[in-house]
Amino acid sequence: MTETIKRFTNKFGLPRIIISLFFILLLVTAVIIDLSFSTLMSDILKRFGMYGVMVLAMVPSIQSGTGPNFALPIGIICGLVGSLLAIELGFTGGISFLVSILLSLPFSIIIGWIYGLLLNRIKGSEMLVATYMGFSIVSFMSILWILLPFKHPEMVWPIGRGLRVTIALDSTFGEILNKFWEFEIKGIKVPTGLLMFFFISCLVVFLFTRSKSGIAMKAAGDNPKFAISSGINVDKKRILGTILSTVLGGMGIIVYSQSYGFIQLYEGPLMMAFTAVAAILIGGASAKKAKIYHVILGTFLFQGLLAISLPVANQIITTGNLSEVLRAIVQNGIILYALTKVGGEE
Amino acid sequence: MSMVNNIQDTRRDQGNRNVSFKIRNFMINNCVTVLFLVICLAGVVISRLPLFFIANELLIRITRDSFLVLSLIIPVLAGMGLNFSITIGAMAAQISIIIVTHFSVPGIYGFVLCAILSVPLAILFGNLTGRLLNKTRGQEMIAGMIVGFFANGLYQFLFLFLVGSLIPMNNPELIIPGGVGIRNSIDLSRNNGIMYSLDNICKLPLFNVLLFVGIIATGFFMYKLLNKNNEKAKRINRIKQVTNLILSLAIVLLSLSITFISSLPNEIRMLKNLKLPIATSLAVGFLCLFNILIVRTKLGQDFRTVGNSQHIAEVSGINVDKVRVLAITISTVLAAWGQLIFLQNLGTLNTYGSHVQIATFSIAALLIGGASVSKATVGQALLGVILFHTLFIVSPNAGKNLFGEAQIGEFFRAFFAYGVIGVSLGLHAWRKRIEMKNKL
Repeated sequence: MTETIKRFTNKFGLPRIIISLFFILLLVTAVIIDLSFSTLMSDILKRFGMYGVMVLAMVPSIQSGTGPNFALPIGIICGLVGSLLAIELGFTGGISFLVSILLSLPFSIIIGWIYGLLLNRIKGSEMLVATYMGFSIVSFMSILWILLPFKHPEMVWPIGRGLRVTIALDSTFGEILNKFWEFEIKGIKVPTGLLMFFFISCLVVFLFTRSKSGIAMKAAGDNPKFAISSGINVDKKRILGTILSTVLGGMGIIVYSQSYGFIQLYEGPLMMAFTAVAAILIGGASAKKAKIYHVILGTFLFQGLLAISLPVANQIITTGNLSEVLRAIVQNGIILYALTKVGGEE
Repeated sequence: MSMVNNIQDTRRDQGNRNVSFKIRNFMINNCVTVLFLVICLAGVVISRLPLFFIANELLIRITRDSFLVLSLIIPVLAGMGLNFSITIGAMAAQISIIIVTHFSVPGIYGFVLCAILSVPLAILFGNLTGRLLNKTRGQEMIAGMIVGFFANGLYQFLFLFLVGSLIPMNNPELIIPGGVGIRNSIDLSRNNGIMYSLDNICKLPLFNVLLFVGIIATGFFMYKLLNKNNEKAKRINRIKQVTNLILSLAIVLLSLSITFISSLPNEIRMLKNLKLPIATSLAVGFLCLFNILIVRTKLGQDFRTVGNSQHIAEVSGINVDKVRVLAITISTVLAAWGQLIFLQNLGTLNTYGSHVQIATFSIAALLIGGASVSKATVGQALLGVILFHTLFIVSPNAGKNLFGEAQIGEFFRAFFAYGVIGVSLGLHAWRKRIEMKNKL
């Protein structure tokens, strides 16, 4: 009996078991204290789709061997620039969503490429340097958000200079995916468009990892020495993974923004990488290995946990933001756990 | 005092390498510092702030922050890189401040009590952190950073939810009116807290102190220079000693002229009014001394051996894990004291924010001073504090004068702090990789 449990624990990962149990416990508590089950489920689904693509951005970077992409803010900034340009150019409705993504692509690709070159120089310390690269890019862009000559009245401050801290997306692509083919089952709102977009992105990444180039990339990440001897240019594959990750990060923030209904500038993207990294790690990925189902499972568990903990906490303890504290503990605890598994390899 | 040391150290560093063929090397090794120096000077000019204001602010901030930055040095010696988890030491300090404020022990007694209380906490936390970092070998810095975030979550949980509900506490000055959780900011001003308790013990005019220190230093270096016994051995250090001597003389002259010549322009004459908190400076001075002297002890040698090669250390019978844990523990305790000095000067404890940024800023300051992940000296730490804080003081005004927006200066310094850390760590990783390639 204990043997089976042990094998199961090893296979499934202890933190994942704890978090799943906690998730279920919270769900049960929510039902006991009589919270509306359908609202909770709608919330979980919404957050699941909202964060999904950003978490997906971790897959190519981990597979190509650069570890979880702590520099996700770089991709996020590209996505933000794309969507700001789309708004500035006067696109509205569904078109503006597509244009945002298209406009973000050149930025993501070029910057991802440069960033990939950088990562090749600093093999072994990617995580730490990437974190600070992300931080400094966010601060640098904060300067640019003030200085860039955007004119659209919905984006700039009416008085003074620069872009607003949050830009409402009511007239452009706010909730465009969420509302697409949305339907209700027993009060549970299913944001079909959002989920479809997420799953299609997953499928595309999955198909890519099965393509020739994707397999080469994975090989470069799994065992660089073996990859070199079989004629794969490891550095190039790492750059490819970084570009893909940056592109997905850019798309991720656009999906996030449309679901949230606002674009957040300035310090908004500062800490987003940690949430995404934690999500894929909760799903069972490690700093060396990641699969699509880790993304789906991890995002669902982590975001589901956060979505329920907020109303439950509000019912039990009225002061303070328990959900936020819980997020900090779970998120950083899981990253730490993953780091202890990386350690020892120089 | 700290300033004297610092200027001497930097100049000594410069003098040391001032041989022409080493200039290029020097520029490459210190590009961050030089670049920063240029930016600071430009900022001072652009901000158009009065000299006295800058000098005064700088003095306050140097005495406030140096201790924290100096607490980073020992783990570097032990090869663990920059200790991103000094946040945890700061938390230990804040926990003890809250306890002491609750029992309302004001003034220096409160401060001493805080310092004593924070030691066992910091030792416990440092020990746990060290053990964890031993499990994440090779990734200590990022792990240290995440440990800080993680501990922050636990800290918030403790003070937002446990205090008042599980831990009985009923103090209207500390608790949120609802009865659970500590207030967002706690006033530490004189009659109920530890504000200025260390700073105000004794304050003397800065330039009188500088004069005094300068004269002693001049005498000391003169003695060293004229001492014939070890002339041969010290010939290489000749340039260094002469620079030291000239420098201390310059300080004496500068202090003399500022103190006694009354025909100086008003701007400079004002500098006479600068007051140096002696007790705080002494504390910083002792830590400098501690950091320098520990290298000469058995323990310090162990740190360095482990820092150079864990394998060799292991073979020569050093318990590597233990030494590493000890390095982090010492650093955590020092960081706790550093945070106490920081907060007694600030006068308000921002319960959930005071500790959040200190690691980033201290590390940025150290790196700006010219330190790297594997080498950091007292001089670099102090120079870094001066440069970093100059930028801090002038950047809002410089931003305002340049772009008409003070916010830009704020973002600029955040960008620079993060950027400096990122670039320095990146360069370090790059160099390490090249070295490894050359070995193969």
